[in-house]
Amino acid sequence: MFLEINDLHVHYGGIKAVRGITMDIREKQIVTLIGANGAGKSSTLRAIMGMEAKAKGQVIFKGEDISNLPAREIVKRKVAMSPEGRHIFPELTVRENLILGAYTIKDKDKIEKGIKLAYELFPILGERSWQKAGTLSGGEQQMLAVARALMIEPELLILDEPSLGLAPIIVQDIFNIIRQLHDMGNTILLIEQNAKKALSVADYAYVLESGVITLEGPGQELLENPQVRKAYLGE
Amino acid sequence: MFFVQHLINGLSLGSLYALIAIGYTMVYGILRLINFAHGDLFMLGAYLGLYLLTWTGMPWWLVFIIAALMTGVFGILLEKAAYAPLRHEPRIMVLISAIGASFFLENLAILIFGGKPQAFTVPAFLDKNIKLDSLNFNVVQIVIPVVTIVLLIILAFLINKTKMGMAMRALATDYDAASLMGIDVNKVISFTFFIGTVLAGFGGVLYASRYPQLMPLMGMMPGNKCFIAAVIGGIGNLTGAVIGGLILGMSEILIVGLFPTLNDYRDGFAFILLILILTFKPTGIFGSTVKEKV
Repeated sequence: MFLEINDLHVHYGGIKAVRGITMDIREKQIVTLIGANGAGKSSTLRAIMGMEAKAKGQVIFKGEDISNLPAREIVKRKVAMSPEGRHIFPELTVRENLILGAYTIKDKDKIEKGIKLAYELFPILGERSWQKAGTLSGGEQQMLAVARALMIEPELLILDEPSLGLAPIIVQDIFNIIRQLHDMGNTILLIEQNAKKALSVADYAYVLESGVITLEGPGQELLENPQVRKAYLGE
Repeated sequence: MFFVQHLINGLSLGSLYALIAIGYTMVYGILRLINFAHGDLFMLGAYLGLYLLTWTGMPWWLVFIIAALMTGVFGILLEKAAYAPLRHEPRIMVLISAIGASFFLENLAILIFGGKPQAFTVPAFLDKNIKLDSLNFNVVQIVIPVVTIVLLIILAFLINKTKMGMAMRALATDYDAASLMGIDVNKVISFTFFIGTVLAGFGGVLYASRYPQLMPLMGMMPGNKCFIAAVIGGIGNLTGAVIGGLILGMSEILIVGLFPTLNDYRDGFAFILLILILTFKPTGIFGSTVKEKV
């Protein structure tokens, strides 16, 4: 298995945000984790990335236990995350944001190649290369956050709510890019509130409710599941 | 001529303030912490300079550089001992730790260096007096702004052009995102303390060359004033710290120059300026609040 999450628990003081999640992510697949606000999606991701202490459980990436590694070590193992709310560096230029995405890469040529690739994938970023990232529109900032995560050529790309707060037309753009990255052979863990869109691109999906997984299955299957349709697709 | 004389005096004092203020603002920018022990590291720099000058035969400029670098190392140690263990505690605890660190360093200095003032052996070159027409100043007053400018250029390069500088700027705006980039947060914080304290160390030896009387508590007043300078400029903003330092130094000299009877109040002036700034523009000259785009 590519990424294995075994019985993950995350607590904040007395609050148990994640209560025993087990997930598997296969290589070259898009796996999505859907759920309402506060279901524990972001806590799960932060725990995977080593940014939140785990009360219990393991994260195993390509056979290696990465449960107790700090974020920078996990990034070195080519796991990248585009965080919820984008968290680009607003005072830095678009180009500098991308260079920071490649912070763990020493080879300068490789970084330049990565930037070139990012500008091919997102031409608008190329046009705004020297602009401060804070001046970009919300959609452009989201693209920058994804492009920045791609700079290390991640073996696993984690996207936390990439469509949050974006206009519907931009949301479509973002999902087109996710499809494109999938076609290029990337493995993606996608967290979304927009369940319909997420399920339609996902190979496999998990439904999270107050810290536990209540349902799982192939994306298409869940899309047709009456329970899911009622709770998440508003039908 | 009267004005040029004051310009020289003000510029040299203002540059000193600027050097020290940068350390406050850099540390605040990254840790949101006022490093109250910063002025005491400045004192340490001056003493290190004195002992290196006395004990070694090195040329003065080399002594100054080594003293400043050594001060920088003490800055790293201070962070590791007093602030790093409290990284995940509420900010007020770190602040209290900073006050404690300041008292600790001051009393340690009394213990080691003695409470009596010591005379700094000002290098002959810096002490040379120059008279031009009615102008009258020491070489050190020209050296201070020149050294400051050189250090600022190096600092600007470091922050804007190097990877470490970029990591510092990233960390200043977003801890989480910075660690997601694979940035070693502790390393960057250590580096920030090092740079800020090296500048305070340079401030210490240069200050001692201008006002050659060393005391364990000599860092308190310049420390407070430079903190004020950083606030005037907008704490967290590097250009602001430099401008704030210059404004403070310049106005202190000018006020005393224009109204000699106010000389006894010169130390109080900075605090009046602080009250005014906090009343009318609490974010300082260059300070701003960052808006998040939705």
